[in-house]
Amino acid sequence: MKRLSILTLTGVVTSLFFFGALSSCKPPKKDSGLSADAASKVYVAPGKKDEIYLFTSGGFSGQIGVYGLPSGRMLKQVPVFSQDAETGYGFSEETKPMLMTSHGFTPWDDSHHPQLSRTEGQDDGRWLFINANNTPRIARIDLGVFKTREIIELPNCGGNHASPFTTQNNEYVVGASRFSVPYDKDGDQEIASYKDKFKGTISFIKVDKETGRMGINFQLLVPGVDYDLSRAGKAASHGWVFFSCYNSEKAHTLLEVNASQRDKDFIMAVNWKKAEEYLSQGKGMKWPTNYAHNVYDEATHTATSTMMKEVTVLDVKDLPGVCYFIPCPKSPHGCDVDPTGEYICASGKLAAVIPVYSFSKIQKAIEAKNFDGDFDGVPVIKYEAALDGEVEKPGLGPLHTEFDNEGHGYTSFFVSSEIVKWDVKTKQVLDRVPTYYSIGHLCVPMGDNIKPFGKYVIALNKITKDRYLPTGPELTQSAQLYDITGEKMKLLLDFPTIGEPHYAQACPAEIITKHEVKFYKLADNKHKYAATNEKEAKVVREGNNVHVYMTSIRSHFTPDNIEGVKVGDNVYFHVTNLEQDWDVPHGFAVKGANNSELLILPGETSTLKWVPDRPGVFPMYCTDFCSALHQEMQGYVRVSPAGTNPALKFSTGE
Amino acid sequence: MYKTKFSSLVVAALFFITGCGGSDNKTEADNSEAPQSMIADEPVDDGQGIGKFKDVTLAAIDEKLAKEGQVVFDAKCSACHKTTAQKVVGPGLAGVTAKRKPAWILNMITNPVEMTQKDPAAKDLLAEHLTQMTFQDVSDEDAKKLLEYLRYNDQEGGEEKEEAKK
Repeated sequence: MKRLSILTLTGVVTSLFFFGALSSCKPPKKDSGLSADAASKVYVAPGKKDEIYLFTSGGFSGQIGVYGLPSGRMLKQVPVFSQDAETGYGFSEETKPMLMTSHGFTPWDDSHHPQLSRTEGQDDGRWLFINANNTPRIARIDLGVFKTREIIELPNCGGNHASPFTTQNNEYVVGASRFSVPYDKDGDQEIASYKDKFKGTISFIKVDKETGRMGINFQLLVPGVDYDLSRAGKAASHGWVFFSCYNSEKAHTLLEVNASQRDKDFIMAVNWKKAEEYLSQGKGMKWPTNYAHNVYDEATHTATSTMMKEVTVLDVKDLPGVCYFIPCPKSPHGCDVDPTGEYICASGKLAAVIPVYSFSKIQKAIEAKNFDGDFDGVPVIKYEAALDGEVEKPGLGPLHTEFDNEGHGYTSFFVSSEIVKWDVKTKQVLDRVPTYYSIGHLCVPMGDNIKPFGKYVIALNKITKDRYLPTGPELTQSAQLYDITGEKMKLLLDFPTIGEPHYAQACPAEIITKHEVKFYKLADNKHKYAATNEKEAKVVREGNNVHVYMTSIRSHFTPDNIEGVKVGDNVYFHVTNLEQDWDVPHGFAVKGANNSELLILPGETSTLKWVPDRPGVFPMYCTDFCSALHQEMQGYVRVSPAGTNPALKFSTGE
Repeated sequence: MYKTKFSSLVVAALFFITGCGGSDNKTEADNSEAPQSMIADEPVDDGQGIGKFKDVTLAAIDEKLAKEGQVVFDAKCSACHKTTAQKVVGPGLAGVTAKRKPAWILNMITNPVEMTQKDPAAKDLLAEHLTQMTFQDVSDEDAKKLLEYLRYNDQEGGEEKEEAKK
């Protein structure tokens, strides 16, 4: 009896022991399969900050989304390629030039692949680059201010998908064309002449180490296939860049069928240091062209757009040693380089294996000329000669791979809707976890760096279906967060995203926050129409242009009463926010403007153009709640009929 | 024997249950400022305000410094303050150097948010004017120039100027 009761007690205590282990706070060991507590792992208490920044492409919104992880809270949308009425981006006089292209004002695009700037192969948190897929451009976002500061158009490019990818010290930002197009005779060629006349291009954009300023150093003219994705080599493979290519069939119609005929397409390996040698030997052709280079100046708070007229082009078929093709099963998408730089893995959307190539084997094959002929003058390295091994039966529809710091690859599978973890050395599949639904790219924090941060993998899904409250026919886009610290990957969180999250990059917050800017210094404001104190506020008429030098501070505009404006005038409100404190923007709007509002940050000057269309007294006001007297932050503009001669008057507080 | 086993198990269980409670959410350690209560315990008010300035002693008014202070005033203060007694967004500043200690003025310029949360006189001013005074990124050096300008203004009779206007 006594014995029994002690046994019972022992049982109770033992179960307490296990219960304790179960409910103990964090997973102490990697292989603890029982300790997952998803809620506590993603809970960031009110007032606390996230550990990681996640930058997602806005897809067809043309913008970038910024999220905190692990909470999945959205922090900001950065306007890049599309006008943004909320901030006045692309509406204000200062930012309109950012959206100029050789086609004129281009207020929308499709942004796909955010890429953080690098120092020694690690994210350095200074800039974020992203491509415009439709009208080919690359933008640079300054991560001190989270604003787009430069956009460069890519000439000779039929759709900029394999872009932008940075080399390990930002020597280059690289972008390749998705659509090959003809370049002879102004490009006016029969579409059926694809096989003979259509070409792809790869642009190598230099980045100034201090300012980040971009400039096209050269372009490579490459065979006419579709270039899809890319990664620059690093560490062992620094000096090279790798591209996935599909449509080696060179189809120009019904690609769905016609570009899926061959068993293998290609990975293209490009030796950019070799290309630089040819460039310095004067082997480049000077092609006349026309492309926009748009730069926002921090001192003048104003963007300028310059049309560039020439670009240097190197034709790879005449320049041995620059490009090599490597066969790759079948219609590859991702083309990813592991942290050591030695392994390049490709994900054929229609393939049954993931081939992993070895950089050193590629070098040996090139040296031994171990080729299988050529494709449009570019040597084709034998598949087996470049191959390190294949991941067998990994899943259906492999798309994209990133890495942790422990020798694992994480590959997304669109068709079988899962993430598969595998060992880069042994090619063994170690774990798989479903995604909801139909994952495209994935992201491991710093997962393309020499030293990945790891900890999570983020699934960027294509389909949301039943995961959220319905919102009519169009549902939210979404991402999912998985814990990868244990042997088994664990789903922690679903969170909605803006636009289509094609790809994302993430890194620990401190890498970004060390560049933080809290406001613009008024003393450094060199805007042509700035009024940096109220004494400089004025209204000046020049013909039918009326310039209002206006200031805003909690909570009034100076001037806030304006008379002498006429119907049909071009009225420019140049509003300077005099605040020198964090988080105090002012807004500005005027009735009847065929325009957005302005959102003026502390110390900034921003200009709204307004063409009054009728006489009357027009209210203007601050749109961003700024103080207890925000609702009082208002004023009037009197508009007199055209052809009259009203005296120009302006004042505040009189 | 059973007892030994039993008690070691209890200890083990207790350890597991309570072991890591306190340090569980280390990643969420205090990294944000607690909101400042408006009714927090008030320190003894010595009239010097709250901030880096204390027991500031004054020499004779330096007119050159005061002139430099006027430039700073026009750029960073004049949108909300006049040098007469007239209230605009904030109070008119005529007579301020007689009413407040020099350290209080310097602290109000360089640390306005904490001042309006904790300093009794500054709290009263916020209650009266209802607009949070902003820190306009004024350096300590510029704050001293502003103080010199306000002293000069008072010496020249800012208040009387206003009276004379009327």
